[in-house]
Order: sequence, then C-alpha cells, then structure tokens
Amino acid sequence: MGQYYPVQSPVHKLDPRTKLFGTLVLIVALFVADNLFCYLLAAAAVFGIIAVSKVPVKHILKGLKPVIFLLLFSVIFNLFLTDGRVLVQFWIFRITWEGIVRSVLMAVRLIFLVMGTSLLTFTTTPNQLTDGLEKGLRFLKVVRVPVHEFAMMMSIALRFIPILVEETDRIMKAQTARGADFESGGLIRKAKALIPLLVPLFISAFRRASDLAMAMEARCYHGGDGRTKMKPLRYRTADRAAYGLMFLFLAADVALRILL
Amino acid sequence: MAIRLEHVEYKYSEGTPMETEALHDVSLEIRDGEFIGLIGHTGSGKSTLIQHLNGLMRATGGDILYNGESIYREGFSMKELRRHVGLVFQYPEYQLFETDVFSDVCFGPKNQGLSEEEIRARAKEALELVGMGEEYYKRSPFELSGGQKRRAAIAGVLAMKPEVLILDEPTAGLDPRGRDEILGQIARLHKEQGITVILVSHSMEDVASYVDRILVMDHGRLRFDDTPRRVFAHCRELEKIGLAAPRVTYIAHALAEAGFPMKTDVITVAEAEEAILCTLAAEQGK
Repeated sequence: MGQYYPVQSPVHKLDPRTKLFGTLVLIVALFVADNLFCYLLAAAAVFGIIAVSKVPVKHILKGLKPVIFLLLFSVIFNLFLTDGRVLVQFWIFRITWEGIVRSVLMAVRLIFLVMGTSLLTFTTTPNQLTDGLEKGLRFLKVVRVPVHEFAMMMSIALRFIPILVEETDRIMKAQTARGADFESGGLIRKAKALIPLLVPLFISAFRRASDLAMAMEARCYHGGDGRTKMKPLRYRTADRAAYGLMFLFLAADVALRILL
Repeated sequence: MAIRLEHVEYKYSEGTPMETEALHDVSLEIRDGEFIGLIGHTGSGKSTLIQHLNGLMRATGGDILYNGESIYREGFSMKELRRHVGLVFQYPEYQLFETDVFSDVCFGPKNQGLSEEEIRARAKEALELVGMGEEYYKRSPFELSGGQKRRAAIAGVLAMKPEVLILDEPTAGLDPRGRDEILGQIARLHKEQGITVILVSHSMEDVASYVDRILVMDHGRLRFDDTPRRVFAHCRELEKIGLAAPRVTYIAHALAEAGFPMKTDVITVAEAEEAILCTLAAEQGK
C-alpha cells in the first residue's frame, strides 16, 4: 500500500471512517459486478475519486507494481483453466472465449481493488486510520474485543517503523565502519553477518519499548476507558454526502447486475 | 596520509521534489597528525561530512582524495579506506553486540582478516588505550555503565589501528567526569600514537581546550577553517549561526568592556586565569 500523499483535497478531509466504509463498499461492489456496465460504473467511481483526491494517477499506478506478479498469476490461471468455447489450442494448452473474458475481468477487478485501497492509504494518515478503525469498530467492544488496545498497538507499531529503519541504517553504518560486510559471501555467511546488526537492533527496540511504556505510565495511561481525544472524529456534511453517493453507487451496481 | 576534499557536494533524494542540499562546495584538507574540531549546529552537515571521509556516503558532486588518489576511482577499496579512517558514531555503545567486551573489540580486527594472535594483541592494546583493564574483558558489554560502554565501543574502532580517528560527539550524554576521561584519553592518543583526530562536537569548551584547528559548518557550508583563537574571535558571527565562543571568552570581553585593560582572545579557563591575574597585577602595580 502507498504512503500518505500530502495534498489538500476533499477526499483527504473526509472522516477516516467514511473512507474505510467507502473502501468496503468498493470491495463489495467489485465482487457483485459481473458485467461490463458494472465495471464501467466502478471505473467511473474509482477515477472520479482519484480526480477529486488530487493524487496523481501515475502515483497510484506505481502502487500496482508489487501486485503485478499476483495479477499475472490469476490472469494466466483463468486464461487456461476456464472451460468453454475453444478459440486456440496447442499441446496441452487451450484458450477459450470465456477464459479471456474472465481473466480480463479478474485483472480489472484486482486492479481496482488495489487502486481503491491504496487510495485510502494515500489520502489518510496512519494515525487517522487507526483512529477511524478504533471508533468505527467500537461496537465490537460489546463482544469483549479490546478495540482500543488493538488500535493503540497498531499506531505504536506504525510509529516505530521509520524509527527502526533509521536505527537499522545507523547500526549498519557503524558496523560497516568497523569492517563488517553485509553483501558478499554465501547465504550462511550473509546470515551470520546479520548478527552484529540484529543484536543491537533488538536491544534498542526493547529499550525503546520500555522507555515508551514508562513515558505512557508517567502520563497516566490506563487503557481506553474514559479517554477523550484532542480531535474527536465527527461526521460533517461532506461525509454524509459521501455516504449518500456510496449508497447510490452500490444500489446502481446491484441494479445493473440484476437488470442486465 | 592526507585527506583532501574538493568542492564536495551532497544532496539528499537528488532529482525529486524533496531534494535538500546537505553539503555545499566543501573544500578542505586534513593533514597528518592534526587534531581538528568540527563544530556546527544540529543539521549543519557535520555528520554528513564525516561519513564522506570513510566512504559511507557518496558525494553527489566534487571529489575526495586520500593520499592524492580519488576514493571514487574505479577499483578503489572502500574497505581499505575504512581500515585507515576509523569512525566512531554518536552513541557508539549501540553498536555493541558480542557476549563479552573482549570479543566485541575483536570484531574490527577480525574483519580485517588478521591472525588470531594479532587480533588478541590489538584488542588488548585498544582496551588499554581507553583505560579498561583485564577485569572488564569477560564482562558483558550490556552490564557496563554508560561511560564504560562508550569506551569499549571506542576501543572497538581503535583496535583497527586507524591513522585517522573521527569521533562524532563522543561525550554526548556522559556526566562531566566521563566526558573529561574520554576527552583526556583521546588527547593522549593523539599525542602518544600520533593519530590524526577529528572531534565533532558542539561544546565549545571541549573543542577549545584540545584541538589545534577548528572547522565550523553551517547549512552545509564550511564557514571557518582556522585556529581556535582566530575562529572564536568571530564570536558575533558564530552566534548568528547558533553557536558561541567558550564562556570564558565572553567573560574576558565583558571585563574588557567594563574598563579592565585585558586581552580578550582567551579560549580556555587557564588562559583566562592568566589574563585576569596579569591585569590584576598591572592594576596593583599602578
């Protein structure tokens, strides 16, 4: 998934819960879709949101790179393993008309899925996302799911990724200055070469974790009960409008599937 | 064993909108046996600069010559360069990883592919140089005190017998005693072993009393490159870039402004003492 793309846009300003729900709607809609018109509608929706979000399309397409392999995999399987009217046949391979249609639709579905979800992470900071998840999933507390704790763990984990990356870089440089070699040698030598990196990294991670725990306790952290937020999430007119559009989109999608 | 920097430039994320210039046209020469202080505000490019000196970072412009040979030349061995130019990072104790102090100090020489005896001899020598006796050899580096950890880590670099030793804020986070011990040992190394030392610091007091040449960095540029006395004479300019002269220099200036006829180019407490006594003697002599 992509990293937050900092621009000002109506999509960025939406409540994270709205965007999370919207992503869910898109996923549902894509699985409901089974004909060309459904996909056209989904395309209109996805590209419409991209246009409003001001995130360059090129930037979003770049986010597809990591899933290319998965995409090819599913296309190839659908292409060769679908029964139907045979178009081409050679050796044990057979391409059917149904196979082509299905693999293309599958690819489009996957691409839209990835685009939609990366649009979420492009327009929402990790903090907003966890806030949204926490509040959006609060109802799960009824069945004793520690929603707040999970959200806190998630935001701490996300917060520590860049710190640990920086730390890794620093320790790597320090050991390189002492003549360590992380690149050459076989697999076993390479794995062994990681010890001087991993030991200090783990120690520093544990130290940071205990420091953080101490700092949280010093500020009277006691879990989520009775905790208030500095910037509480609140739905605005734009969010209501977005929910309306989502509903219309889903209704149209279902209607297109049933009617056509 | 001179290192010469010629118009060195370094840009982060070059070619992207996030491009920032960390070093701008830095030219200087580090000669044999010098004791150099490198000072600058946080983010002035000090750390970036020193990482260029042993090839951990690659300049985006300009050239670095080690003994007249470009380190960016095809086939130049960075490993070889790092053997000669030792770099002690900030908080070096974070690089300790072995089960005991002695093995950790052995890591550097081991990477150089030396013989077992040579490795042991060097580790012993390095630990001696930082004042750690045999009682420490078998102790876990993680149960030492902050100052001891740091000394063990410095020994880890010294064991590689570098000709140039660069230390990035070696006294950060240490108490006054630990600071004096470390600095004293570094000064002794310089004097007794003839090692070229580059001390990165933002404590003017530390720098003033030990080094014989100061480099001042500001916004990626080299602002001053001179003796401490002459650099600290520019105390107004230093203030403008978020630095300052040693406190005793200000006291001397204040005394002079208050009408006492005394010299103001003092940079250490001892010099200030002498100047004040000298002025007092002259006053009494009247």
